[in-house]
Amino acid sequence: MSDEKNQNKEQENNQPGQQSRRSFLKNSGLFAGGIIGGGLLGSFIDNPFTKDDTASNNVEESKKNLTETRMFFTRVEDFSVLEAAVERIYPEDDNGPGAIGLGVPYFIDKQLAGPYGSNKFDYMKGPVQEVDVASSYQTLMSRGEVFIEGVRKLNEQSVKSHDEKFYDLEGEQQDEILTAMESGEIDLRGVEGPTFFGLLRQMTIEGAYADPLYGGNKDMMGWKMKEHPGIRPGYSDLIEEEEFQLVEQMSLKDYQA
Amino acid sequence: MAKKLDKVDVVVVGTGWAGGIPSAELAKKGYKVVALERGRDHDHSDFVGSKDELRYDARYEIMTDNSISTVTARGTLDDEAFPLRTQSENFEGNNVGGSSVHWSGVTQRGRKFDLEARSITIDKYGEDKIPEDMNLQDMGISYDELEPYFDQFEKTAGTSGEDDPKGPPRSDSYPTGPMRPSYPVRLFKEAASELGYHPVMVPSANLSEHYENPDGETINACQYCSFCMMYGCDFGAKSDPVATVIPTAKKTDNFELRTNAYARRVIHKDGKATGILYVDMRTGLEYEQPADVVILAGYTISNTHLMLLSEIGKPYDPKTGEGVIGKNSAGLTSPGGSATGFFEDKKFNLFMGSGALGGTFSDLDSDNIDNSDVDFIGGGICEIRQRGSGPIGSNPVPQGTPSWGKEFKEKSLHYANRMLSVGFMSPSFGWKFNYFDLDPKYTDMFNDPLLRITHSVTDQDKKYAEYFNDRAEEIMKEMGADIVEKASPPEAWSHTQGYGETSGGVIMGDDPETSAVNNYSQVWDMENLFVIGASALPHKIPQQTGTIGALAYRAAEGIDKYLSDGSGLLVEKKSNKLKA
Repeated sequence: MSDEKNQNKEQENNQPGQQSRRSFLKNSGLFAGGIIGGGLLGSFIDNPFTKDDTASNNVEESKKNLTETRMFFTRVEDFSVLEAAVERIYPEDDNGPGAIGLGVPYFIDKQLAGPYGSNKFDYMKGPVQEVDVASSYQTLMSRGEVFIEGVRKLNEQSVKSHDEKFYDLEGEQQDEILTAMESGEIDLRGVEGPTFFGLLRQMTIEGAYADPLYGGNKDMMGWKMKEHPGIRPGYSDLIEEEEFQLVEQMSLKDYQA
Repeated sequence: MAKKLDKVDVVVVGTGWAGGIPSAELAKKGYKVVALERGRDHDHSDFVGSKDELRYDARYEIMTDNSISTVTARGTLDDEAFPLRTQSENFEGNNVGGSSVHWSGVTQRGRKFDLEARSITIDKYGEDKIPEDMNLQDMGISYDELEPYFDQFEKTAGTSGEDDPKGPPRSDSYPTGPMRPSYPVRLFKEAASELGYHPVMVPSANLSEHYENPDGETINACQYCSFCMMYGCDFGAKSDPVATVIPTAKKTDNFELRTNAYARRVIHKDGKATGILYVDMRTGLEYEQPADVVILAGYTISNTHLMLLSEIGKPYDPKTGEGVIGKNSAGLTSPGGSATGFFEDKKFNLFMGSGALGGTFSDLDSDNIDNSDVDFIGGGICEIRQRGSGPIGSNPVPQGTPSWGKEFKEKSLHYANRMLSVGFMSPSFGWKFNYFDLDPKYTDMFNDPLLRITHSVTDQDKKYAEYFNDRAEEIMKEMGADIVEKASPPEAWSHTQGYGETSGGVIMGDDPETSAVNNYSQVWDMENLFVIGASALPHKIPQQTGTIGALAYRAAEGIDKYLSDGSGLLVEKKSNKLKA
């Protein structure tokens, strides 16, 4: 997929007005989300909308869902790092949209603005001690604070080693920095890097597959890619079938009504 | 200063099966019962239309709030314990019905071995078979003595199942027939039969048909909708306390359910319990609920925690092996034994299912296995389960696949409906060095010390896992998987607590020197205090809910006896010093 990405980038760089990688990703993500219902997936290369920045922005902005705006992140740059990072964790491919196309960054933003982001149901008394259990959450920082610290350190590392913002790097360079975060090679203040990375990965998966009511899994595309119906009242009539059943997707919006 | 309320006959802490059963039974008999539930009220109407994986599974909607209290964890006596802060590290059921509401529904009976593990092991293999430092104990009751209570519990729950030719003996058949077998379950049953085992459907509280229990409560037929374990049932088709014993208790007018009521102490004087001190979590005000009989029927963790905080019974000392409260932290690492299969030319409807839909066999369980030539004690109940896979939680990939990125996405999509696994449900034994006590450093929101869990994996666990990993691998190969991966034996405790598997702390036996409660769940050292639940199990029993239900019915009978004729201790004390 990185070849395709490079092609995209080359094409992008040849365009007049030099659309930045960040806005490219953003626009293409919005674009993918907007027309997925029609079944067109995959390459951006022949995408007529991206040929014209202005037209693209106008058309796509109007398709933007009213909830696709930041509730938690205050700095645009932090959010742009988040977008780039989650797209590497769950990239767009021949199967369908990646994390951006699925609305994962906005899903994460909304989650961090709520009780999960402020660790309402977690034990947050000190002191914190060093533990050798990697999966353990040992910090008094909330998940929201962990994300802010984490995305800024991804970006700092990027500037330090490549002299470029994280979201302007090549995909493989971004992967290297993410891998360094995952393995604890990047120092964060108050929390371990793997704790942040584990959350980032987990919440990316959640945003891809949670009910669309939370702002991710746009148009139920996560479920469609997985051939998972999402929800159905039940499967009493099908439970004994030997053949695989392609069942049309349904979300809580239609179920609870 | 706590406000003292009017005295009642019985105060019960907890409203899961362990508390709901005595609440219903004693209220039916005319006793005034108050049940204290730390969580909120909820019933079936809360779960209608609740098919939300993020909310219930990933965000632990109906689990305890760790900001109030949690546990600390360490591997060995030399380690420093740290708090399990998040709900993914420590969870148990909260709210009315307790953990039974999010329960899978698997309703196995404890085996003969589970109740008399020490005697049976010595009879069959001699005392040398028991490893040094293993606290292997009998529960002071035999399977035959407990059988009528298993039957009673299954009739209340309407358990769906079929007779297991290798299972423990039954006085009656299951109240409802088995669930319908999905294709993966049929594949498993065929493979297991081919290998000489005797597979049947997993006994289930997700009912195969509409059922009315002896108390007049109705449970609906399961729809195989997949939102089951970790959820409350959308259809009222899981028999849990909310569908059965809680409404039965409410019908009597002798029962009061007090929610958001967090028990902090058993109050006692001169060797007798006088009541429960609790906090109304909506106001922070403290109350004392006096009662003639006090029942602790929380989960393992809260029962043990309350006993230690209330300073009842002798705390267990891992250095000397003396004392009883906190003894045998078990079930935290289930050695299990499992294998995963990836299929290239088959796709399964894994998005369908229910918590207890599955196939099982008992040919290698603790009663049937011959341990003569292996270096471990006990056996396993084999299972394949089709719980219904959630898209967030189920991202199966073969070993060696990266956990994120392009390849991960591709393979997790490809194998989403092509992965099955088979496993063995194992006992988890008590060891001298695995125990619960009060943490010296960390405190809960009331500034009481947290419960500390000390637990490590033993050679027994590893040997057991090696043996059963191989058996699981054979089955998965027979099922025709293209890639078969057997599990690795456990290296260390994961330092997590959840899935209702933890047991011990207030264990049952026939000798007050080595156990905290007798076979009526009555505390040896305080005759009007009964501690019911998985805390009573000297070792973790595979799929223990059925056994807890049976023990709760027996406890209810004992409490009635205690209250009606002032019997004092319901069981004569024994001393097993010579045996130990």
